[in-house]
Amino acid sequence: MALHCRNFSRTQFLREAAAEAGRGLPNVEPGMPMPAGTGLDRRSFVLRSAGLALSVYGGQKLGFDALSAGVAQAQSGGGQRVLVSVFLEGGADSISILAPTGDPRYRRLRPTLALPGSKGSPFREDRRLRWHPVAAKLAALHAEGKLTVMPSIGYEGPDQSHFTSRHFYEVGARQANLPTGWLGRYLDLVGTPDNPLQGLALNRQLAPSLAAGRNPVSAANSVTDYTYTAPFVFDDVERRLHQYLPKVGEAHLGSSDPALREAGSIASDAGALRGQLGRYAARGVRSPVIYPGSKSGAGSVGGGVGAGGDMFPERLAGLAALLDAGVPIRVAALTGPGDHDTHAQQAKSFGSDVKLTADSLFAFQRDLEARGLADRVIVHVWSEFGRRAQENGSKGTDHGAGGIGFLMGTQVRGKMIGEFPGLAKLDPQGNLRSTSDFRALYSSILEQWFETDAGAVIPDASRFGRYALIK
Amino acid sequence: MRMSAAVPATRPRSAATRPARRRAAPALPVYSGPFGEAQAERLLWRAGFGPRPGEASALADKGLRGAVLSLTHPPRARLEGPGPTDSKGRPIAPGDAWGHDHLWWLDRMVRTNQPLVERMALNWHDWFATGDVGATRLNLAQNSLMRRRALGSFSALLTDITRDPAMLLWLSGTENSRDAPNENYARELMELFTLGAARGYTENDVRQMARALTGFTNDWSRGVGPHRFRFEAKRHDGGVKRVFGRRGKFDWRDACRLCLENRAHPSYLVTKLWSYFVPTPPAPRTVSSLSALYVHGRYEVRPVVEAILMHPDLHEGPRLVKPAIVYVAGLLRTRGRPLTTESWTWLSHLSGQMLFQPPNVAGWDEDRWLDTATICGRWKAANTSLQDQEIDTGDQTYDVAETPEAAVSSAIAFWGGPGITPETRGRLLAFSQRCADGIEHRWQQRSYRVLRQNALRMLVATSPDFQTC
Repeated sequence: MALHCRNFSRTQFLREAAAEAGRGLPNVEPGMPMPAGTGLDRRSFVLRSAGLALSVYGGQKLGFDALSAGVAQAQSGGGQRVLVSVFLEGGADSISILAPTGDPRYRRLRPTLALPGSKGSPFREDRRLRWHPVAAKLAALHAEGKLTVMPSIGYEGPDQSHFTSRHFYEVGARQANLPTGWLGRYLDLVGTPDNPLQGLALNRQLAPSLAAGRNPVSAANSVTDYTYTAPFVFDDVERRLHQYLPKVGEAHLGSSDPALREAGSIASDAGALRGQLGRYAARGVRSPVIYPGSKSGAGSVGGGVGAGGDMFPERLAGLAALLDAGVPIRVAALTGPGDHDTHAQQAKSFGSDVKLTADSLFAFQRDLEARGLADRVIVHVWSEFGRRAQENGSKGTDHGAGGIGFLMGTQVRGKMIGEFPGLAKLDPQGNLRSTSDFRALYSSILEQWFETDAGAVIPDASRFGRYALIK
Repeated sequence: MRMSAAVPATRPRSAATRPARRRAAPALPVYSGPFGEAQAERLLWRAGFGPRPGEASALADKGLRGAVLSLTHPPRARLEGPGPTDSKGRPIAPGDAWGHDHLWWLDRMVRTNQPLVERMALNWHDWFATGDVGATRLNLAQNSLMRRRALGSFSALLTDITRDPAMLLWLSGTENSRDAPNENYARELMELFTLGAARGYTENDVRQMARALTGFTNDWSRGVGPHRFRFEAKRHDGGVKRVFGRRGKFDWRDACRLCLENRAHPSYLVTKLWSYFVPTPPAPRTVSSLSALYVHGRYEVRPVVEAILMHPDLHEGPRLVKPAIVYVAGLLRTRGRPLTTESWTWLSHLSGQMLFQPPNVAGWDEDRWLDTATICGRWKAANTSLQDQEIDTGDQTYDVAETPEAAVSSAIAFWGGPGITPETRGRLLAFSQRCADGIEHRWQQRSYRVLRQNALRMLVATSPDFQTC
């Protein structure tokens, strides 16, 4: 099989299923830019995780009660606009999702991977392109005007390291050493120092793009399994045990040892999160629509049930339920199914991964619509880069530059941003030239969706153009 | 792996290829403070998976130097205590059953008498992070290679890893031929394994190095899967390559050698190795001393590890968050408990580390083990480790007059008496007292004390003190 620089083989994918667990998120290797949230030294680094910002501005002194109060306070503030960030990890092959079947060079560059001409539906904004059949649900959303497509998004001087390029997207700048994520900086601007749920990563680990400099953010593997039980502990003693999970942690908030302070701060945040998510533990999430992998038409999602075991649909279902319950989330971050780093035998994993991604996003959109939440949520789908135009000798593709991006929601304009650059004029590395810029996109989201000054979040925001995104 | 705030910036390319100058490096300091049970406990967590019952005090008796040398020169490998089973009492099947490869290795971490060897194998697994290649026997063979070379020559390890079948599959080594070069291994060889990103090489070096690495291939048959891994000259690009400014008809062995000889390599290796043991970055002079030790020792790892384990920064510096699998293995090792359920696979995964399934080729992120999701996983692991050890409320022998203080001391002793800070002890005591205050009926006198003891054991095992070392 041999897919990749890092990979999820089909086997592994199924194994994940049995594990009822999600995927890892941020990782960076020595010498690479530090992931957002790590800070430049150990001291600021250890403040990075769920409780990082609390420490920096003295908010770490806030205990469980203050955080609970903060969440409640935020909740009473009414429904905020929400951005959901979905990361397609590994560098998704834009050239396969929207196949340039009408480009004369396509079949020569992709002799084994090219989409047969008659397959898939045409992309109505550019007749050279066809939707891959596995992305049919994205085509449907596009036809409804609920999907904006960026056929080749990127930046100048594209970096071909997964970790570096991903880092740029996460921090919202072409800067190696920015210690905060762009969404984290947004939360610093508009969030509060006592509501860790304002930025929620539905994953085993925090998404670096959420890493804030000042305000707390959080991560949860699943909204249906955030339980803290102990063998032969019940009644009053169990209730007290749950009180003391954060209380033992809080004893270390003033510690001079960074690791103790970090562990204590996270125990404190975990106590707050348990209070919020505990209600879903017993009964799972009831969804008004059917997500991929749901057991029945009843729309019940939970307990690790998901397509092929991937938790993406379940997490989206959980997110919709949390928003419906009024949980004060402003930004949520998820990682899409599978691994897009398809150096070899791309066809083996590409179709199922993209299909599950597209079907899940479609279900999420319908779920939001059924719950009456659709007008206050948009979803941004991104990947660290696209893949090289010319397939390699392993029926796969190496790292490229310009990649795919989507914005989904009832409030997005649904008009293509940038254009497909064509295969005739590739960059010197043989990659797609980008026709839209991620920093311009972020600035536009901040201004038009969040009605916030982009200059306060994105470095040199004024240097970048703006796209009309919102109706 | 841990981020390398301190990996020194690389020199321009021309300088990067000059051989390292030999010059006297500053001597490495050795920790000279007291070496008692507390210091031995830290050493056993940093260089292994925590003390088995009685192990910390036995190690303390050896003194620092004796203790470190006993770890770097361990006795003949032996796994002590009963072997692992699934929840039905059946032996595990690491080569066949899903998740049992993880159980197999976790069991070694729990029962080994060579904790540092096992820990170094884990470090190399993180360093050369290889995921599931669809043939478990190949992943297990790679694991055995990392254990065999745990404290030996990095040069030999790098050579063996470059031709290791699991790695050849993982990073497309056997997909890389003269007619269809594949950059996958070439890039990571430099970026992750030997030099560090953008240190001492260029994008062109990646492409040229990929050519040098061509020639490996393997067969695949139904029922057997990938096999017969070999180098074939006819698949190798025999032409001249230009790497790091040097020209030659380089092959895969040259590729390894060129990386080792690159000036950016020694500092990268010692800094990364250091980061597995010490949470604070090494001072520049420490990096240069360790680099000199490494280069003069002809790429031997053992002396470098010994110097790190004796360094004052390890013993006097701040605490380290235990990697997830170290925490999980430690829960069982500290209690001398065997693995009796396959749940340890998903429990480790929820805690943030499933063996043989690194999140990507850069390995695990050692700097971000803890968050609100993984801490929930660690709680569940502690919960499972206590199954079958809990006290039942039907136990009529439990001390009906146990004081809050005695209850706390008993729960700490249950975990082998790890160092617990006064901050944590204070909260445990408050919890203990609150539970006693809740007793309203005579029948609760014993049962609440039983529940309290069960709960206190959880609070100790999940305390910030026990999450760190």
